[in-house]
Amino acid sequence: MQSIIYILPELFLSLAILTFLMLGAFIKKSFNLVYSLTILSLLFAIVLVLNQPNEIIKIFNESYIIDKFSILMKVLTLLFCLFILLSSKDYVKNNGIDKIEYPIIILASTLGMLLMISSYDLIIFYLGLELQSICLYILASFKRFDERSNEAGLKYFVLSALASGILLYGCSLIYGFTGSTNFETISNNLNQTNIGAIFGIVFIMVGLAFKVSAVPFHMWTPDVYEGSPTSVTGFFALVPKIAALSVFIRFMYVPFVNVMSQWQTIVIFLSIASMILGAVAAIGQNNIKRLMAYSSIGHMGYALAGLATGTNEGIQSTIAYLIIYLVMNLAAFGCIFMMKRENSFYEDINDLSGLSKNHPILAFSFLLVLFSLAGIPPLAGFFAKFYIFLAVIESNMYALAIIGLVTTVVSTFYYLRIIKIIYFDKPKKPFDESYDWGLKSSLILSSILILTYFIYPSILTDVISSIIIY
Amino acid sequence: MNFPILSAIVFIPLIGAFFIFVTRGTQKIVEKNSKYVAIFSSVANFFLSLFLWYSFDNTTSSFQFVEEKVWMKGFINFQLGIDGISILFILLTTFIAPICIFSGINSIKFKIKEFLIAILVMETLMLGVFCSLDLVIFYLFFEGGLIPMFLIIGIWGGPKRVYSAFKFFLFTLLGSVLMLIAIISIYWITGTTDVIKLMDVRIEEEYQYLLWLAFFSSFAVKLPMWPVHTWLPDAHVEAPTAGSVVLAAILLKMAGYGFLRFSLGLFPIASDYFTPLIFSLSIIAIIYTSLVALMQDDMKKLIAYSSVAHMGFVTIGIFSLTKQGLEGSIIQMLSHGLISAALFLCVGVLYDRYHSRMISSYGGLVNIMPKYAFVFMIFTLAALGLPGTSGFIGEFLVLVGAFQKNIMVAILASLGVIFAAAYMLWLYRRVVFGKIENSEIKGMTDLNKTEIYIFGTLVFLTIFFGVYPEPLFSTIDISINNLIDHYQADINFYSTQKNN
Repeated sequence: MQSIIYILPELFLSLAILTFLMLGAFIKKSFNLVYSLTILSLLFAIVLVLNQPNEIIKIFNESYIIDKFSILMKVLTLLFCLFILLSSKDYVKNNGIDKIEYPIIILASTLGMLLMISSYDLIIFYLGLELQSICLYILASFKRFDERSNEAGLKYFVLSALASGILLYGCSLIYGFTGSTNFETISNNLNQTNIGAIFGIVFIMVGLAFKVSAVPFHMWTPDVYEGSPTSVTGFFALVPKIAALSVFIRFMYVPFVNVMSQWQTIVIFLSIASMILGAVAAIGQNNIKRLMAYSSIGHMGYALAGLATGTNEGIQSTIAYLIIYLVMNLAAFGCIFMMKRENSFYEDINDLSGLSKNHPILAFSFLLVLFSLAGIPPLAGFFAKFYIFLAVIESNMYALAIIGLVTTVVSTFYYLRIIKIIYFDKPKKPFDESYDWGLKSSLILSSILILTYFIYPSILTDVISSIIIY
Repeated sequence: MNFPILSAIVFIPLIGAFFIFVTRGTQKIVEKNSKYVAIFSSVANFFLSLFLWYSFDNTTSSFQFVEEKVWMKGFINFQLGIDGISILFILLTTFIAPICIFSGINSIKFKIKEFLIAILVMETLMLGVFCSLDLVIFYLFFEGGLIPMFLIIGIWGGPKRVYSAFKFFLFTLLGSVLMLIAIISIYWITGTTDVIKLMDVRIEEEYQYLLWLAFFSSFAVKLPMWPVHTWLPDAHVEAPTAGSVVLAAILLKMAGYGFLRFSLGLFPIASDYFTPLIFSLSIIAIIYTSLVALMQDDMKKLIAYSSVAHMGFVTIGIFSLTKQGLEGSIIQMLSHGLISAALFLCVGVLYDRYHSRMISSYGGLVNIMPKYAFVFMIFTLAALGLPGTSGFIGEFLVLVGAFQKNIMVAILASLGVIFAAAYMLWLYRRVVFGKIENSEIKGMTDLNKTEIYIFGTLVFLTIFFGVYPEPLFSTIDISINNLIDHYQADINFYSTQKNN
């Protein structure tokens, strides 16, 4: 019973989900209430997570772990879930998806992510993964009467189920060849000659690569990003990435650490392929959500490059990259939520034409976000890439570093294209002035973070440098 | 000396830009206030940098006014400092910035507030490049300059501005990312990115060549050297006058400064090894771009190509590694900063009045704009290196330096001087002399008061430093000696190491 207190955040969220369901069922028109309560419960869950002890604790037969890494990742998950809810409320209300299920399903998938992050056992991990995935399928098709949303949901469901199946097959192979589902036991029983288990590793990596949308398992990303309601796309671009990447890190560095040379080449390949595709494929896109999808594929490539190094510096750089990526994407989606004329939302980048004339401040934060995504100093995005390449070059992976930086230049082109449309083209009709404080404050906050990060970058690195996985 | 004067100089323009950014009110008030803030902060900064020059100690070669702040804990410190080489570039920057602002106020018609912000941010970034004593900080400032310049070209530029802005941005970015790899590699090889410490570290020979090439790729694009100069004519032609001035006067000098400070200082053996490469590229640049300049019918393009040729002299001077050559290249950079700025302003004057940069649109201007003709003549002569102007000192010293190293290079480079005379004088004849063929230009007015003040200071400085360059020499002398000594010591060290 002692271990119950260590899973208080998860317990609290489960209770909250059940309570909100009851609230929604018995109180009419309770969307606003549930939405606000969801935000509050996320806030409270953050407090609970932060109160967890600052040491490594393994509970429930060592199948569940609480350490600095999991605490940081959980806080990030909850925090960015909160911000995306804050900034998308206006969108949700204007697009007929303001059902009480919407915040509750988001909450449920967040719960699944928390389980994934803390899992130290294949079974717990798979349970968490499925909980979040099923919620995500529903979210993708949440705009029920919209064909594209339905298509997105179905597509995501079919492909993701396949990936989950492959992943599960990998898990069973691992169990068969190492005799355990516990991460630490797997790690002890795993060695280079264990061919069957290495097959299992490859299958698991396929599943994980699908979740972080790394090339060549990225096919779903553009369609799902484009088809889903933008509020859900924002959620997809931010929150599941945290859980997927932290599970990726955990898998590579705890159970599979002894066969590093085997998985390293795979991760390097995933990373290079994602960087190249993310840079090249986005050039021709005119839909901003599709463009953000390719951009996120590219960014995951950089994050994986840090992971591929196999060093603690590498993991730390990946975490730093992830955090800065989250802030940038929060700001980017904040800007996208602002693309509204007479209560209907626009997604074509040509609709941004001449934004600087009508909305100078919005245009300026868009400018910051795009230059930051491109990794131009002195904005935060540069530092993200800087940390990654610092770790990559430390491991003497010069080819990876050079390919990475050259793709940065290529990808700069499409970010510049949007800036060109915003700043150099003729103005169109102005957007609505948004008075939604949640959206405004999260956009302003993230823009300021992006702009002023260079003043004292130690703030982030101090937090991260204490995280050691192995 | 507790007052952080360097930080103040670097960040005053940024503070000014912030004030302009937060100005609110009606259009008219905002514009008026922005103009005042921009003029005030840039002029104040100029005087502050004059004070810096005054209190600069030119009897020591070590870095002065050094400031250090913890930035990335245990890894990179935010470090500023100057020596005899950098202080002159700081002065050039703080001097050119107000000129750009005045010229912008005079000729830019829309979004003046944003324009002033861009110029001030640009000034901060350029000053940061010349002050920073840490490779990562240097890179930050060096690359950061792309953002405001991209916007300046793209928003206030001419008809083909989008193409030029993209070309400028992507060319320079591609060059620079390799430098980033080199900087990170230096960190892992030596354990620091602190320039002062790196000066005493001897990087192993096998690494030097690749690192040098990586830095070279960045500086060669920025300088620009043949064959990666093609972005420059486009960028110059499309940029507004003030943008061209910043580009020609300061942005190009960042690369020259980078060669002096980093290529020579950190990779002496590689610099020695690659000198023939630099010489041949520079010679090609001088001869080829001079010939190209001869055939231009767009005035801005002509001056842009002449910039590439002049920068060829700079690289020859730097890599001749003689005292005369190095001092000559610095003087050449400073005087090119003044002269090319003035020439672009001269074109800007015509463009503001008749909206054409074509040489064929003009002719016979001396009849209607005598003051303008006089000013233009002085800068034409300065650009071709007439004795008595600062252009002469630089070119002459560079050639003296080159003669000591390689006679062939010096002879070929001298051809550039002749070509410069040809294209500049021909340009001047076609624009200013002759009959007025185009009757539409008859109504053009002569220089107004602002323009007279701007050109007056530029004329004064060009001639002053042409006649009495001593203040410049006394400032750089010791630092140059130290640079050469350091370089020779390193070369000797590596050769003895090889023999053993």
